Amino acid sequence: MQPGNLFPLVVVLIGIAFALGYARSRALATPLGGIRHLKSLPFYYAARASLWCGLPALIIFALWLGFEDKVIQTLVIGSLPADIQPDSPGRASLILSQISNVASGALSPEFVPEPIAGAADRLTALRAESKLMMTILVICVAILGAFVAWLRIAPHINARAKVESTLRKIFFMCAGLAILTTVGIIFSVIFETIHFFHKVSFLEFFFGTSWSPQTAIRADQVGSSGSFGMIPLFVGTLLISGIAMVVAVPVGLMSAIYLSEYASKRMRSIVKPLLELLAGVPTVVYGFFAALTVAPFIADAAGWLGLDASTESALAAGLVMGIMIIPFVSSLSDDVINAVPQTMRDGSLALGATQAETMTKVIFPAALPGIMGGILLAVSRAIGETMIVVMAAGLAANLTINPLEAVTTVTVQIVTLLTGDQEFDSAKTLSAFALGMMLFIVTLALNVIALHVVRKYREQYE
Amino acid sequence: MNTMNSAIDQDVPVKDEPETRGGATFNDAELEGRTVGKPFADDPKFTLRDVEVFYGDARAIKGISLDIAKNEVIAFIGPSGCGKSTFLRCLNRMNDSIDICRVKGQLQLDGEDIYDAKRDVVELRARVGMVFQKPNPFPKSIYDNVAYGPRIHGLANRKSDLDDIVERSLRGAGLWNEVKDRLDSPGTGLSGGQQQRLCIARAIAVSPEVVLMDEPCSALDPIATARIEELIAELSQSYTIIIVTHSMQQAARVSDRTAYFHLGHLVEVNETNKVFTAPQHELTESYITGRFG
Repeated sequence: MQPGNLFPLVVVLIGIAFALGYARSRALATPLGGIRHLKSLPFYYAARASLWCGLPALIIFALWLGFEDKVIQTLVIGSLPADIQPDSPGRASLILSQISNVASGALSPEFVPEPIAGAADRLTALRAESKLMMTILVICVAILGAFVAWLRIAPHINARAKVESTLRKIFFMCAGLAILTTVGIIFSVIFETIHFFHKVSFLEFFFGTSWSPQTAIRADQVGSSGSFGMIPLFVGTLLISGIAMVVAVPVGLMSAIYLSEYASKRMRSIVKPLLELLAGVPTVVYGFFAALTVAPFIADAAGWLGLDASTESALAAGLVMGIMIIPFVSSLSDDVINAVPQTMRDGSLALGATQAETMTKVIFPAALPGIMGGILLAVSRAIGETMIVVMAAGLAANLTINPLEAVTTVTVQIVTLLTGDQEFDSAKTLSAFALGMMLFIVTLALNVIALHVVRKYREQYE
Repeated sequence: MNTMNSAIDQDVPVKDEPETRGGATFNDAELEGRTVGKPFADDPKFTLRDVEVFYGDARAIKGISLDIAKNEVIAFIGPSGCGKSTFLRCLNRMNDSIDICRVKGQLQLDGEDIYDAKRDVVELRARVGMVFQKPNPFPKSIYDNVAYGPRIHGLANRKSDLDDIVERSLRGAGLWNEVKDRLDSPGTGLSGGQQQRLCIARAIAVSPEVVLMDEPCSALDPIATARIEELIAELSQSYTIIIVTHSMQQAARVSDRTAYFHLGHLVEVNETNKVFTAPQHELTESYITGRFG
């Protein structure tokens, strides 16, 4: 049976197990005088039966699907005659793709050596066999599980506790999956980064002021060896993020103050969602807004003032990124300002302070740690932003702090490094991982600081 | 004034549901403008006539007339929701921050209209200070809490002047000896009773003429309450004090006059001992004898 059919079948079996479990627990309860004589509600007995039915079956199903190919391939390769046994992993995968092409009919058996054609037949046979075995095994396990659970329904068994503990384990595994994925990503990046530092020295990467990752594509090519100084990239990142924050922090903060202190309820209910709409605009849209509208405007304006501006400028990218981040700052700040108790406002107003004095002297200092947390989160968002910069700030790794010049950022370079035609173990490609690692460390540090600051703030009022 | 009242009566649908608890039944018409006792004073600080407060369409204060004399302590008592806090908050316009709240009638402080369009709220609140139900010190040092008002109003030119004001206010609130060695520590770190006295110190630091107290002891333990009550007696030498309280014993202990509020009406005002020993109104009697409230 195809996996696509087997899965719904298992689901149906789970449903049947549920119904049977429910019916049996009620049937057992009736002679005792009603379901209140059961240790748990019938629902829990039924749920337990479906867990017993579904969980082992689905786990076997998943494992089978995961390892099926690998096992079959090993079997097929192992059955090849000794003279064409592959001597390297590369060769093995070549032979395997030949075999599976023949098996799927994409390649005629006449064009390949006889043993390969034979292996293709074996592959087809093994696949069919595997599918049959899987179907039988999964269905048997499901039915067996359901049957055992059905037998074990008894009034004295606390099915609720068992279901709860199983659910807790499932939830834990889901949470663990997310963490494991993160850890996996970090490790893969770390290994590639170490690889990179075998090719390029630490000093050059951290202190080099020139970024031009042009390595020779072929070993015998006469070409540049490339330079991998990350300073221009980080300066570019900081410049653009800095411009973005200069826009986003004052505007976001003041709109938060307006929303929380001055706006009427009605106004607030209209303006706040509108502001948050800014966060919902795809960054690509911001990107072409920056590249097609803002950047030419800045170039024109600069030319008019007698300044020399490139058509791709840090200023354009930074301004638009700042607009994108406004809702971050305003929404988070609005929340923390609102969290300052009303009694603080009353206390200040009752002393004859104006609304502005109350805001600047009482509310703002009290909310400051939370606002700082929000701003730091916005900064890490700005540092990680790619699309706007790709489109509006260019790719030239100029080491400059002139916002009218084209600069590039860490994220943009990662994108360009990994979208070219390069050997995967060249210094050029690997440098993307080193950059990613740096970026990860910086944003992680910012996030940790932000969370710490926010938590400290929470302790103050709770 | 009467014409205004009748106009309001026509505009606003008022439910004349009789009050049935406590045996006695009175509707709005029987209570409105019929305050018994001594609502008026010869030398008033506040002159309040036909005061009405609306939350949206609901009439929370239903035509109250009252004088509050200079340097007297007057207690507002009454069951929950009777409007005593609302009425108190009219006196320094703290109701302004509530969008749907409207105040009508004549409210004067020293003969000047409180709700006049040209009235400076900042100046009004500097003269009429307030202490709240829950102690609300700012998350600042003890010193900065007390110095907050004087700084806003520019009451001190030099640091030494400000130091003097802070010390005087803390002494006035009976807190100086407890905190003089730790003026830089946060005000939120004090105990509940100390925090409330800090709030009183903060209120008197701007030298107000009147101090409004909205159930200042309801969040405090009996010892801290006793301390605050002593303080009220001391403060009454120099300030007019209006205190809202749920405790009739407290009203009896600290106040010169007591005003009994009932469902937005001012039912009875009189010298405190008269209210508690010989109430003139049936509702007052029911309340102070514990039949309801």
